[in-house]
Amino acid sequence: MTDASLVVTDLRVEFSGFVAVGGVSFDAHLGEVRFLIGPNGAGKTTCIDAITGLSRATGSARLGGRELLGRPVHKIVRFGVGRTFQTASVFDELSVLQNLDIAAGRHRPAASLLRTRRGVDASIEQALEETGLAGELATPAGILSHGQKQWLEIAMLLVQDARVLLLDEPVAGMSQDERTATGGLLQRVAAKRIVLVVEHDMDFMRRFATRVTVLHQGKVLSDGTVAEVQADPKVQEVYLGTAGAATTAAMSVVPEAAGTPQRKED
Amino acid sequence: MTKLKPRLSLIGIGVFAVLLLVVAPLVLTDHWLSNLGKYCCWAIAAVGIGLAWGRGGMLVMGQGVFFALGAYSMAMHLTLETAGAGVPGFMVLYDPLAPLPAFWEPFRSAAFTLLAIVLLPVIVAGLLGYALFKRRVKGAYFAILSQALAVALATLISSTIRETGGDTGLSDFKYFFGFVLEDPANRVMVYLIAAALLVVCLLVVWQLYRSRFGELLVATRDAEERVRFLGYDPATVKLVAFVLAALMASIGGAMFVPIVGIITPAEIGAAASILMIAGVAFGGRASLFGPALGAMAVGWGQSSLGSAWPEGWTYIVGLLFIVVILFLPKGLSSLLPRFTAARRSPGEQPAAGTAAPELEAVQS
Ligand SMILES: Nc1ncnc2c1ncn2[C@@H]1O[C@H](COP(=O)(O)OP(=O)(O)O)[C@@H](O)[C@H]1O
Ligand SMILES: [Mg+2]
Repeated sequence: MTDASLVVTDLRVEFSGFVAVGGVSFDAHLGEVRFLIGPNGAGKTTCIDAITGLSRATGSARLGGRELLGRPVHKIVRFGVGRTFQTASVFDELSVLQNLDIAAGRHRPAASLLRTRRGVDASIEQALEETGLAGELATPAGILSHGQKQWLEIAMLLVQDARVLLLDEPVAGMSQDERTATGGLLQRVAAKRIVLVVEHDMDFMRRFATRVTVLHQGKVLSDGTVAEVQADPKVQEVYLGTAGAATTAAMSVVPEAAGTPQRKED
Repeated sequence: MTKLKPRLSLIGIGVFAVLLLVVAPLVLTDHWLSNLGKYCCWAIAAVGIGLAWGRGGMLVMGQGVFFALGAYSMAMHLTLETAGAGVPGFMVLYDPLAPLPAFWEPFRSAAFTLLAIVLLPVIVAGLLGYALFKRRVKGAYFAILSQALAVALATLISSTIRETGGDTGLSDFKYFFGFVLEDPANRVMVYLIAAALLVVCLLVVWQLYRSRFGELLVATRDAEERVRFLGYDPATVKLVAFVLAALMASIGGAMFVPIVGIITPAEIGAAASILMIAGVAFGGRASLFGPALGAMAVGWGQSSLGSAWPEGWTYIVGLLFIVVILFLPKGLSSLLPRFTAARRSPGEQPAAGTAAPELEAVQS
């Protein structure tokens, strides 16, 4: 099954001369929770932006036999690529059910949009169950807790039936229990879908990653299993040496993020 | 609750329909019935603005353009109907031998006129919206652009006095598709058509708001990028709402002409377009009834206060606009859920209290 892999080769993204991603290659397969880590500004989000058509890029990103680069965003989505954003972006004024219903809607014929929803799709029930949001069906998404919003986003990708889930810092701002729950959820999801997680939380990565790619200043610094990456002196240098105290803390156990990291601050 | 609310709205539309179609003709004088008909025309345009702006987030500041397409289509037809086989009086005034401009000719046909009232706004808004939304023009740029179009069209009409009647406009219509407009019974009929069209527009948006499209439109308004990443093209979603809003404005404009008896560039230009927006903001742009009631209230204010004290009226509208934007960003209609929520649970109102009015607006 060729669809079972996302293969990124020599990805390059420039912002008016500044090379944010300079020739990055990695791949992600079914059955593994793939991590992309690196300090702030390493180019992780930009990689996802490029794969999903938000940023113009050169190189190649293939899902199965299909080239994704150069296509408009909604076409890439229709190939089965779904993503979340660093800041949870759900539709605040709509209920959890309405949010999921919209995510499920792209498989519906356009004319059915004019009708009122009756009942709850089976795929939606399943996603609610999976993400533990079954009790929040009628809650406006805007008043969910931060962790629940992230789960709602993942649930939206599930009902959307994305074959690839690109998750940008899904556990940022979550409590330890929520992180554990999210990690378990991702492991279950990865059995049927390609899961690529962008993180800078090392503890979360250690607990749930099957394979890791470390980015630094737009380049791949290291690549391998968690143990291999942690033993890599280049990684230790970036995290313990030059990057200073803040990321040293990230390297050690349980750094509790104070709030939601904003895209701009990164 | 979610099931009850649309039902309540439907009952509301029913009550509104009875008031407009049965009670008003019985209790109002001819003068006020005609005024009410005029407010209905603005309200029809306002319902469309509520859809495009309130639910769709597109600040349509130039609905006068589409109002004009309907109004001038209708006015040209009625002018020709009045002129009979000849050339309209105002044209002969400038040049006794003036031929009828080519674009007037098809408006002799009633069927063509009705088609134009429907198709012109759909085509113009379709092309314009496609170009703008595909290029992701939004926010202030979109607002300024739409406003500029209204100014341009009003200027064009003003400067082509021989072809369009210029600032004097088109007026003195004697017939409305064969009916003599001087006859009070026919005037009531024209009013009833406008009122019925308003009710139909309300029904259309009622169904849209409770449909999946309505939810998608709100989602597009609040997080366009997110919608794109769910595999929809937001441009298409917005285009549907924009075209419908244009169509409603055109219908409002078309009915305005036989009811008011005159159409001039002043009714379609920048100021008129902004007044339409003001009414919608006043009533509550995202609610079902807010835009229509707001537009009718502003219309009523204009004919009572505006004629008694014209200089003051402009300031009153401006002041009202500021007060509503500052203290009631969701318009007067947001007072209602707030009021009922306060009565239901006095004192204990958690975070849900602030979200409730917005939510109800979406679900209504
Ligand atoms: N739209 C943009 N325009 C210019 N520079 C950008 C843009 N997006 C990201 N960058 C820059 O690219 C680099 C990588 O950013 P990003 O991918 O967000 O890093 P990460 O997600 O790893 O923290 C940063 O230096 C950032 O400032
Ligand atoms: Mg980032």
